[in-house]
Amino acid sequence: MINVFFNILIFPGLIFLSIFGLGAEYFDRKLCAKLQNRVGPPWFQPLADFIKLLAKENVIPNQADPTVFTLMPVLAFTATLTAFFYIPLWQTKALSSFNGDLIVVLYLLTIPTLTFFLGGWYARSVFSMIGAARSIIQLFAYEIPLFLAILAPAMMAGTLSLSEMTVFYGSHPWLVLLNLVDFVIALVALLGKLEKTPFDIPEAETEIVAGCLTEYSGRLLAFFRIAIDMEMVVGSSLLAAVFLPFGFNFGFAIGFILYLVKVLFVVALLSLARTIVARLRIDQMINFCWKIVAPAAFLMLVVDLVVKGLISR
Amino acid sequence: MDRYDFKIPIGPQHPALKEPESFLLTMHGEKISSMTVRLGYNHRGIEKACELQTYIQDMYLIERVCGICSHSHATCFIQAVEEIAGLQVPKRALYIRTLVAELERVHSHLLWLGVAGHEIGFDTLLMYSWRDREVVMDILAMLTGNRVNYSVNTIGGVRRDITAEHIPQILKAIDTLEERTKYYIQIATEETTIIKRLSGVGMLSYDDGVHLGAVGPTARASGIDRDVRRDDPYASYEDVKFAVITDKHCDVYGRAVVRVLELMESYKIIRQILANLPDGPIAVKAPRKIPAGEALSRYEAPRGEDVHYVKANGTDKPERVKVRAPTLANVQVVAHMLKDRYLADMPIVIAAIDPCFSCTDRLISVTDAGKGTKNTMTWPQLHSYSIEWHRKSGIDFSELNKKFKVPGN
Amino acid sequence: MIRPGRMIKQVLQSLFKKPATSLYPFVKTAMPDKFRGRLKYYPERCIGCMLCMKDCPSDAIVIKKIGDKKYQAEINLARCIYCAQCVDSCPKDALEATKEFELAKFSRENLKVVCNEETCRSSETKT
Repeated sequence: MINVFFNILIFPGLIFLSIFGLGAEYFDRKLCAKLQNRVGPPWFQPLADFIKLLAKENVIPNQADPTVFTLMPVLAFTATLTAFFYIPLWQTKALSSFNGDLIVVLYLLTIPTLTFFLGGWYARSVFSMIGAARSIIQLFAYEIPLFLAILAPAMMAGTLSLSEMTVFYGSHPWLVLLNLVDFVIALVALLGKLEKTPFDIPEAETEIVAGCLTEYSGRLLAFFRIAIDMEMVVGSSLLAAVFLPFGFNFGFAIGFILYLVKVLFVVALLSLARTIVARLRIDQMINFCWKIVAPAAFLMLVVDLVVKGLISR
Repeated sequence: MDRYDFKIPIGPQHPALKEPESFLLTMHGEKISSMTVRLGYNHRGIEKACELQTYIQDMYLIERVCGICSHSHATCFIQAVEEIAGLQVPKRALYIRTLVAELERVHSHLLWLGVAGHEIGFDTLLMYSWRDREVVMDILAMLTGNRVNYSVNTIGGVRRDITAEHIPQILKAIDTLEERTKYYIQIATEETTIIKRLSGVGMLSYDDGVHLGAVGPTARASGIDRDVRRDDPYASYEDVKFAVITDKHCDVYGRAVVRVLELMESYKIIRQILANLPDGPIAVKAPRKIPAGEALSRYEAPRGEDVHYVKANGTDKPERVKVRAPTLANVQVVAHMLKDRYLADMPIVIAAIDPCFSCTDRLISVTDAGKGTKNTMTWPQLHSYSIEWHRKSGIDFSELNKKFKVPGN
Repeated sequence: MIRPGRMIKQVLQSLFKKPATSLYPFVKTAMPDKFRGRLKYYPERCIGCMLCMKDCPSDAIVIKKIGDKKYQAEINLARCIYCAQCVDSCPKDALEATKEFELAKFSRENLKVVCNEETCRSSETKT
């Protein structure tokens, strides 16, 4: 029992994920700065931001719905944390797993976006409402490619459990290469999910200030921000588990370091992507996702089906 | 305006705007159905302040009309004063003025490129172009002493001379900048996301541009072949060869292309000036009291045509100074360009005219919020209003009025 | 060739370059020679013509007679716009623009500097 609490609250649960989230944010910001030929923030900057926000006043707008407004950051925080438990990190076995946990993880990862939407919508400010509308429109654009891109490897493995998928790819390492296109698609979708350039449309600061989070301040904003950081880690861990399923059999120490490297590699790819392109417009983003990314994901699904048919024969 | 329309205020404080200005957008979903511009958040009363100070003091005040094109405003003002005073400015001084003007254009256009990058969410472009802008800023600091507000002009010439050691340094910097500019031209014409965000956005046809009185790169990107440097040469622009860049795209992309190509022309001008720099004095002595007269001076600032009007009355203070900053001419076209466009295009369309709102705010109109009526007052009206206002609070100026014979009463 | 991510080459090259940012308070940059910083007043050269006062756009300098052919300057660094017109106006080079620019003080009062023969000499030895 104590072990379970330890796992949930400290390692690899709440505390570890929060610290890793802040660390990943630092890594992302520092790398971005380096790529832009800047110096970048010092290592404690994300933590300092978090602590500073905790100390700030919590302002709830008069016209906002206080219940929804305050509930949403907590919901985003817990949803990402829960999703983390089903992802295999440094061993083939996740903290908890059952057949179908892949679907649960994907849905839990959708919840933060929904909380942005609800939080922004119930803040009743024009900027946050436009941001909320945009984030929900964007959700429909990237979610399907993401699901398809992750479904294809799952179908290949013949299971909907993430832990069993890692076991399958452990015994068929060469099939990972087949998923490379899906990896790229999932990365693009993850950019949309994390609202990073070129898909930072819901929080485009030069257009709608901070989008859904415009009215948030103090502790609530701090929790939203750490939830976004954690979402980045969880999303990257998911991609690492599905598309980079190697190095699970070397014991804890090496496996753990490999896990960190894999997640930071995915984060680095996201940072690189956001430094080399401009932000798209919402209509362009929808076009891009539906006309290029989603068909590509479908095509890969078909390819995977064919390959699976050939192998099983 | 139907049920689903709503209004969003952009400004006076908004991340897309670097200066306070208010744009009220009526939105239909993501589309802008109409827009109203409200100027006046940055009114500093510079024109009036100019009347209270001597010409020498005004020089530094006028320079502070704008931070980025400080040399433009200062030169424009001083040209008018010199014309009234009938001063023959030495050739070397004119060359140095032109050199600083072109260096200023280079830094202003590079700054714009970065701002444009930021407005479309391309922060790497911002960081890189501003990093490269430091090269020209260092050159300006070396030539004039400071990075902004160069104060290089004085009535009758310039204050700072160029020495022989400066020339190779400038040439070296120009070579670096030229190489970087070529890279930005390549990026601007080959990066998909930039093209997607810029082309077809903020359309301004030739006719609309002429009709709404667009100036500078905004006009030239709509094919309006207009440039004060060529049409009405001042300083030493007569002696240099350069092309006036125009573009047929008529959109924000065209404006970006015009600006980066103008950078290349500026490098050409700078090289010519440095090659043909005449010897001689850098200033003639100017009288403190400027004889009565009036002059209108035009200047092609990086943002467009800048117009200064100066009226002198024989004292050491001007009687009237009028500044028409280029943004005032261009701000009208923004509302036109944004109609039926996406909200996402708003920042880049506003940024595409390279706005400088604090330069623009010369005039305020007071609107009665309750009645919605606007009131314009003439000088006699304002005068009698102030007497009336003081009388109500118990001070009677009517005696004083008779003594001094104020115009209008 | 039109494609997304056209800047990737330079972006990746930046990874191995030194950052362009200079870490200002720790690393100081030299000001250019013509920099117009804090004014320096030479009381022994001053003839009290007060041209600097007349030309100052912001009334930042006041010259006072404190004795026979002795003058002192009261320079308000908060008002000064560092145009160095007074340096140009001065017929005897009694004013000079230095390269000093870090002039922030905790109080407005501290920005008022009085320069005469005693204070200027002592401040010179200090800096």
